[in-house]
Amino acid sequence: MQARVAPSPDDIAGRTLRGDQRALARLLSALEDGEAWAGTALRLLRNGVFRDSLEQAEKGDAQVVGITGPPGSGKSTLVDKLIGAYRARGERVGVLAVDPSSPFSGGAILGDRIRMQGRAGVDEGVFIRSLASRGRLGGLSRASAQCARALEAAGYGIVIVETVGIGQSEVDIVRLADSVVLVSMPGSGDEIQTIKAGVMEIGDIFAVNKADREGADRAVREIRSMLETAAELAAGRVPEAGPDTLIGHRAFARALARERSAVSERMELPPVLKTVAETGDGVPELVASLDAHWTRLKASGELDERRRRGAIAEARALLSGRVMEELETLEGGLEDALAGEIVRGEREAAEAAELLFESIRKGGGK
Amino acid sequence: MERKIRVLVAKPGLDGHDRGAKVVARAMRDEGMEVIYTGLRQTPEQIVQAAVQEDVDVIALSILSGAHRHLFPRVMELLAARGADDVLVVAGGVIPEDDIPFLKEKGIAAVFGPGTPTKVTIDFIKAKLEGR
Repeated sequence: MQARVAPSPDDIAGRTLRGDQRALARLLSALEDGEAWAGTALRLLRNGVFRDSLEQAEKGDAQVVGITGPPGSGKSTLVDKLIGAYRARGERVGVLAVDPSSPFSGGAILGDRIRMQGRAGVDEGVFIRSLASRGRLGGLSRASAQCARALEAAGYGIVIVETVGIGQSEVDIVRLADSVVLVSMPGSGDEIQTIKAGVMEIGDIFAVNKADREGADRAVREIRSMLETAAELAAGRVPEAGPDTLIGHRAFARALARERSAVSERMELPPVLKTVAETGDGVPELVASLDAHWTRLKASGELDERRRRGAIAEARALLSGRVMEELETLEGGLEDALAGEIVRGEREAAEAAELLFESIRKGGGK
Repeated sequence: MERKIRVLVAKPGLDGHDRGAKVVARAMRDEGMEVIYTGLRQTPEQIVQAAVQEDVDVIALSILSGAHRHLFPRVMELLAARGADDVLVVAGGVIPEDDIPFLKEKGIAAVFGPGTPTKVTIDFIKAKLEGR
């Protein structure tokens, strides 16, 4: 389908600030589609040109909460309960829910909204938007970060971003969210899973969901133990009895775990909470942990640091997308020729990449 | 970049059968559309709220309960009230032939009864959105 007629960025920004959800929705689409006017509209929205009242002047300081974890761990249901908790204290809540696009048809079924109906109904204080990943592999869509900033500027004081169901390495959320909640569930692997690199490193808060199921306490212990070991190593200490917890003499491991949770409190390690999203158990504690994290981020200056890192990462990701687009404009045939050479063994893929890079640098594109 | 067609597949009213809606949603996905599926028992208010926030091009309503004469016009009214009456609205499910002129008059672009090949529905949507 063709791009729609571009509206005026001023108009969209102004209407969004006046609470017009249709204008905001349109802006989010245009950001995702990479339409040129959308960047301008977002900048206008954020830099306050249209902020003509005190209420509007206070917009734009939202806590961006990332919710990530494997498929089926209960992320959407947990988000529904979080929306309820934040609404109960008067926060306006924006939600971005990302689901995967088909690598074959490019289509997608976006179904996170089903589980958020409890709150989404017709509450004007909640704005939920489903996004398709559209080929991005890090758990988010290309413009998720821009969409989150649009929601923030539109006056949603809490912006929740739910990633696609992730495996072990989709960590883009850490560049976008101020506070990352890693949702897991009991019985999803032995302790060695918790010391692998990747997603286990990005949680600011760990939620063991479906905690009414068997094995929840063990899951909590294992995550805590992983966090403590990581903290001790970071502090340059050799974790005592580290290997034993891996081998797992049960009584000893339990005693150690008790001792360690005391250590954990002293060291201010990421909280590990038990939740049952279905019933809402543990949700107040999760909200309290998110509040505490937010307060700490702002007081320590880490918030600014995080957002700067995120901004650079985002710009780099957009740049790499731009380079790929540039590749599309290269003289037809070059890639084809190179492909043949690689298959025949006349050139290595790495050498072909160098050649393509040189072509782009020389402005080989039209 | 080519813009994706975004569709809200919605089940208004109280019947609890969404197999048809899911089949259509899946067929649309395979045609490269982004389909927001909102589940059973949606009120017209919820449907329109979702359509606005999701910025969809199309709403596909599926109904088996017989309440279409009441619920569909309500959806159209609410869309108009939100300035979203440019959204294409189509319907499917069990809808008597006699009711179709009434629904069309209310702004439903097409009604696809049981047994309609998904391709017919999808082609209709694509043709309608062409040149928008």
